Amino acid sequence: MHLSETVNTGFYFLAPGLVLAPVLGLLINAIFGKYFSEKVIGTVASLASGTAFVISALLAYSVAVNHGHAVSVPFAEWIHIGDLKLDWTFRVDSLSATMMLVVSGVGTLIHIYAIGYMHEDVRFKHEEGRFARFFIFLNLFIAAMMILVSGDSYLMLFVGWEGVGLCSFLLIGFWFEMDTLARPSWANSNAAKKAFITNRVGDFGFLIAGFLMFWHLGSFQFDEVFAAAPAIAESQPWVIVAITLFMLVGVAGKSAQIPLYIWLPDAMAGPTPVSALIHAATMVTAGVYLVTRSASIYTLVPQAQYIVAMVGAATALFAATIAVGQYDIKKVLAYSTISQLGFMVAAVGMGAYVAGMFHLITHAFFKALLFLSAGSVILGLERGHHALAHHPAHKKESDDSRRRRSQETLRQAQDNASQSKHGRHGGHDDHGEVFDPGDMRNMGGLRKTMPVTFWLYIIGTLALAGIFPFAGFWSKDEILLDAKLHFTSIYWQLTIAAFFTAFYMGRQIWMVFFGEARTDAAKSAQESPKVMTVPLMVLAVLSVAGGALNLPFEGFHTLGHWLSYTIGEVEGLPLNLQVAGISTALALLAIFISWLIYGRNPLKANQIDPLKKPLGFVFTGMENKWFVDEGYGVLILTPFKKLSQFLADVIDWRFWHDFVHDTVIAGTYNWLSEVALSRYADEKGIDTFFNSWGTFTQWLSGNVRRIQNGFVRSYALSVLLGVVLILGYLILK
Amino acid sequence: MVPVDYYVVLSAILFTIGALGVLSRRNPLIIFMSIELMLNAANLAFVAFASVYETFSGQIFVFFVIAVAAAEVAVGLALIVEIFKTKKNINIDEMNSLKG
Amino acid sequence: MSSDLIVFLVLSLVAIATALGMLFSQNAVYSALFLVLNFVTVAIFYLLLGAPFIAMAQITVYAGAIMVLFLFVIMLLGAESLAPTNSLPWQKPMAILLSVILGVEAVYLLLNRAGSNLAVAAPDASLNSMDSLREMAMSLFNNFLLPFEVTSILLLVAMMGAIVLTRQEKEAK
Repeated sequence: MHLSETVNTGFYFLAPGLVLAPVLGLLINAIFGKYFSEKVIGTVASLASGTAFVISALLAYSVAVNHGHAVSVPFAEWIHIGDLKLDWTFRVDSLSATMMLVVSGVGTLIHIYAIGYMHEDVRFKHEEGRFARFFIFLNLFIAAMMILVSGDSYLMLFVGWEGVGLCSFLLIGFWFEMDTLARPSWANSNAAKKAFITNRVGDFGFLIAGFLMFWHLGSFQFDEVFAAAPAIAESQPWVIVAITLFMLVGVAGKSAQIPLYIWLPDAMAGPTPVSALIHAATMVTAGVYLVTRSASIYTLVPQAQYIVAMVGAATALFAATIAVGQYDIKKVLAYSTISQLGFMVAAVGMGAYVAGMFHLITHAFFKALLFLSAGSVILGLERGHHALAHHPAHKKESDDSRRRRSQETLRQAQDNASQSKHGRHGGHDDHGEVFDPGDMRNMGGLRKTMPVTFWLYIIGTLALAGIFPFAGFWSKDEILLDAKLHFTSIYWQLTIAAFFTAFYMGRQIWMVFFGEARTDAAKSAQESPKVMTVPLMVLAVLSVAGGALNLPFEGFHTLGHWLSYTIGEVEGLPLNLQVAGISTALALLAIFISWLIYGRNPLKANQIDPLKKPLGFVFTGMENKWFVDEGYGVLILTPFKKLSQFLADVIDWRFWHDFVHDTVIAGTYNWLSEVALSRYADEKGIDTFFNSWGTFTQWLSGNVRRIQNGFVRSYALSVLLGVVLILGYLILK
Repeated sequence: MVPVDYYVVLSAILFTIGALGVLSRRNPLIIFMSIELMLNAANLAFVAFASVYETFSGQIFVFFVIAVAAAEVAVGLALIVEIFKTKKNINIDEMNSLKG
Repeated sequence: MSSDLIVFLVLSLVAIATALGMLFSQNAVYSALFLVLNFVTVAIFYLLLGAPFIAMAQITVYAGAIMVLFLFVIMLLGAESLAPTNSLPWQKPMAILLSVILGVEAVYLLLNRAGSNLAVAAPDASLNSMDSLREMAMSLFNNFLLPFEVTSILLLVAMMGAIVLTRQEKEAK
C-alpha cells in the first residue's frame, strides 16, 4: 500500500525527456543552425545535454526515494506482431540511472568544452560552417546513448547500441576529407569506416546472442529474460553459454577488447571532444554496461564469466604495453583507454560488477579530463604554430587559395586511389613537412606556457595511475582485490598492466610538460580559454573526489549498496592493505623509472626514444602496436581482397556477366525478340490488327465530326429527334 | 365537367408549339420564351392531374418548376446580355465556335 | 355541352392562338406580349382546376416578373428582329416535321396511358377556400421542406450568378 503509493510519485514521467531533450536540441541546431552564432549553437546543444542531466538526476532521486524499485515507463508502441510485443519502454533503476548520470554529466561538460575547442578547430581547418554539424552529431550521440542505457529490453539497447555506433562513425569522420594533420587525404574517413566495420563484427555477435535469446527464452525484455534464464541453464546450459559468449563478441567490438580493439586507436582521428566523450568516457563503456545489465545471465555460467575476465585482463595488459611505445599524445590515451576498459571487462567478468561500474565512473571522469587536457595541449601547440606561421612573413596566405589547393590535391588523391590497386596515396611532395601538434616529440616544457592544463593533466595522470587518494586508486584497487581473491592469474596481469599504466603516463608527463621546448611551436604555445578549462576543473574535482562514491570501509560502499537494488547483493570488500600497497608501490616505482629515463635527461629535439636502444625489437613492437593491424591485413584483409577480386573478376564478370548474362540470357532474348516476336508476331500480326483499327477509327471520326457543326439549333433538333424516336418506341412496343 | 384528356391534349399542343419555337427561331430570346411555354405546358398537365387525383403534390411540383424557371431566366438572360456585349450580336447561329 | 366545356374550349383556343402568335411574330416584343397573354390564360386554367395559389404565382412570377425581364432585355439589346440569314436551310422543315410527329405521339401516348374517362374535379367551394391553401402550405413546409429550402438557395445562387455575369468590369489598373 504504502510502497505502491511512493512508486507512483517521483519524476518517472520525465524519462522520455532523456531522449527528447537532445533530439530537440539537435533539431533546433539542424534547422536554425545556419542563422545562429557559434555561441548560440553551443548553448543550445549544451542546454539540451544539461536538461538530460537534470532529468537523470531527478530520476536517480526518484529511484532513491522509492527504495531502488525498477520502474518501467512505457513511451511508445513499436512492433506488435502476433504475440510479439516490442515497445519502447524506459527502464529506470539504479544501474540505468547511474549510467544516465555519467553520460549526461560528462557529456554536458564536454559539450561546453567543445564550444571553445571547435571554435578554434574549425578555423584551423578552414571549415567554419561545420561548427553546427558537430553539435548536432554530439546531441544525436547523447540521445542514442540515452536510448542505450534507458532501454527496457535488449532490443532497445541494441537500437541505442547501433545509434552510438553511427554517431561514432560520423564523428570520427568529422574531418573526413583530411587526415589528422589536416592534409587532404582519406585517412580520417578510412578510420571511420574501420571503426564502423569492426563494430559490425561485434554487432553481429550481439545480434546472434539476441536471436538465441529470443528463440530459447522467448523475449527481449530484461526481466522476462532473467526470469526465464535459470530454467534454460538447467536443461540446456550451452544455450546460455552461447548467448553470453556471442554477447562477449559484441562487447569486444563496442568496448574495444581483444581481438576487435583495433578501431579505437584510429578513432582518435575524430575531434578531441569526441575522443573524450565517445571513445573514452561513454560509448566504449556500453559493453561493460551490457555485461553488468546481463549479470543474472552471466552468473549462471561461470565458464563464460571466466572467458570474459580473461579477455579483459589480456586486453588490459596488451594495450598497456603498446601505450608505452606511442608518440602521439592521443594514441597513448587511446591505448590507455583500451587497457582500462580491459580492467572493467575483467572486473564484470569476475562477477565484481560494482567494481567494474565504479571504475567505469571514475574512468569516465579522469579519462575525459585527460583527453580534454590533451586537446587543450594540441590546440595550444596549434596556436603557437599559427602565431609563428602567420606572424611576419606569411601574412595571410589567403584561406581560399589554400582550401582550393587542398581540394585539388584531394581530388588527385582520389583519382590515384581509384587507379592504383592498393588504394594508398603516399606522397604529397608539395606539402613537405607538416607540423604535427599531437606528437609528443614536438612538445616539451609546456608546464610554463600552459600552467592550468599542466596541473589538470597531473591530476588526471595521478588518478589514472592509481595514486592515493585519487579516484582511480579506489576503483582500481577494488578490481585488483576482487581478482586477488578469485583469480590469481588475472590479478597479476592486471597488476602488471597497472605498472605499465603508471609508466606510460609518467613518460607522457615528462615528455610533454617538462624539459625544454623541442619546437618553436611548443615554445610559443598558448593557454586555452576559460570555456575549455572550467569544465576541465570540474572534471578534475571529480577525478580527485570520485573515489568517495564507494569507499572500501564499513558503512560506506555507497555505490555497491545503490547498485545492489538492481544487480543483487554484493559483498563490500574492506580495504586490503597488501593489494593497495603493492599497486601503489608499483605505480610510484613506475613513475620513478619514467623519471629516470625521460625526466632526468629530457628529450632533445630529433632525439630518438631512449627506450629504443635497451629494449630493441620489443620497443619496435610496442611502437608498431605489435603489428596487429598488419597481422589482420595478412590474415584477413589480403585473403578477403583476393577472394573478392576472384569473385568480381572471374565469377561475377567473366562467368555471370559475360557468359550467363551476355551470351545465354541476352543472346536468347535477342534472338527471340528480333526474329520470333518482332519480325513475325509483332509486325505481321499485332501491327496489322491495330493499324487497321486505327484506320477505321480515323475514317469513322472523319465522318462523324461533320455532325458536330457548332449550331445550337441543330443540336436541339438532334435532341428532339431522339425524343421522337423514344416516344415512337414506347408507342410501338 | 371537363375531362382531363382535354387538358392533356391542350398541354401537348402547347408543348409542341414551344418545341417548334425552340427549333425554328434564331432569336435566343424567343427561344427562351418558347422554353417557358414548354414549361407551362408541362405545368398545366401537372395541375390537371393533381386536380383529378385530388392531391397537392402536383401543385407543389409546379411551384418548384416556377421557381427553377425564374432562376433559369435570370441566369439565362444575364448570359445573353453578356454574349451580346462581347459579340455585338445575338443571332444564335453565329454562336458556333463548338464546331468540330 | 356544359358551360365548363365552353369556357375551356374558348380559353384553349385563346391559348393556342397566343402561342402561335408568339411563334410567328417577327418582332420579339410582340412575341413577348403574346406569351404574356398565353400565361394569363394558363393561369385561368389553374383557377378552373382548383389551384388558386399556383394561378397567382403564375401571374406574378411569369406574367409579371419574368416577362417584364424579357421585355427589358429585348429592348435593351435592340433585339426586336434579326437580319434574315440562311445558315441552316433544312432546319425549319425538319423542325416542323419532327414537332408534328412529337405532338401526335404525345397526344396518343397521354390519351392511351394516362387513364382517360377521368374528369377534373370541379373547383368546389372547399378547395377554393383558405383551407386548401393552408393544406398546401402544410404539405409544402412539412413533406417538401428540404426541396423548398434548396430552392431558396438555388434562387440565391441564380441571383448572384446574374449579378456576377452582368457586372461592369472596372478598369484594371
